[in-house]
Amino acid sequence: MSADIVLELPNDLRAIERAVEYLLARCSEAGFDCDRVGLKLRVGVTEALSNAMLYGNARDPRKRVLVEATVAAESVTVRVTDEGHGFDPDSLPDPTLPGNLSRPGGRGIYLIRTLMDRVEFNERGNSITMVLHREPSGAEARSWPQ
Amino acid sequence: MSFAVNRQNDVIIIDVEGQLIVGNRQELKEKVLQELEGGGRKFLIDFARTGYIDSSGLGVLVSLSKKIREQGGELRLANLNEDLRTLFELTKLDTLFQISKSRDEALSSF
Repeated sequence: MSADIVLELPNDLRAIERAVEYLLARCSEAGFDCDRVGLKLRVGVTEALSNAMLYGNARDPRKRVLVEATVAAESVTVRVTDEGHGFDPDSLPDPTLPGNLSRPGGRGIYLIRTLMDRVEFNERGNSITMVLHREPSGAEARSWPQ
Repeated sequence: MSFAVNRQNDVIIIDVEGQLIVGNRQELKEKVLQELEGGGRKFLIDFARTGYIDSSGLGVLVSLSKKIREQGGELRLANLNEDLRTLFELTKLDTLFQISKSRDEALSSF
């Protein structure tokens, strides 16, 4: 991925908000409708970064998280990579099933998958790539709650 | 980002200012559990001044709801903005919580 923006973050939860605000500002400068992408991008990047820091890097302050982003005419792509061993994203239970609703965790990846237009993991499972299109997709019109 | 705790009659009201996220969820949890241990049973968390809740914040609300119910108490949420309401709907947590449009509506629902 040839990225316009590369951020190497410390494994510190306090770094998340600043990184998110920076990416949102860059999208706004590029003419993205912040009302449409604001929540989605915030959720996607925030959840990916907190997963990377808490689980991937296991809160280890010596580790780093790499953020690579490209803001193009039609879409924004963000890749978040940690130094962990990775995980199997297909092993996660659906947090919206009645039996899982009262579980405190397990909603981060679900929200990313629900709100971003495309989500991919590398084979190792320590890197997530998220794509958000400028215009609403057909799938979004069907899935967005009324 | 902060949490202001106030009482109105027997209802403990917590105002969440800023964000409820992975970095401060523990603070909210400790404040509510402290009140629960002190005998409080009616809780209202007001999000009128909250911009964002991440999945960790949603998780702590789920956890607190369970602990409050285990002690025979009740938890109400109020004043979710459009983005926050969307997050509750996407995760179906709107079916788990009693969510009021305003503080007054929530207070009168106890």
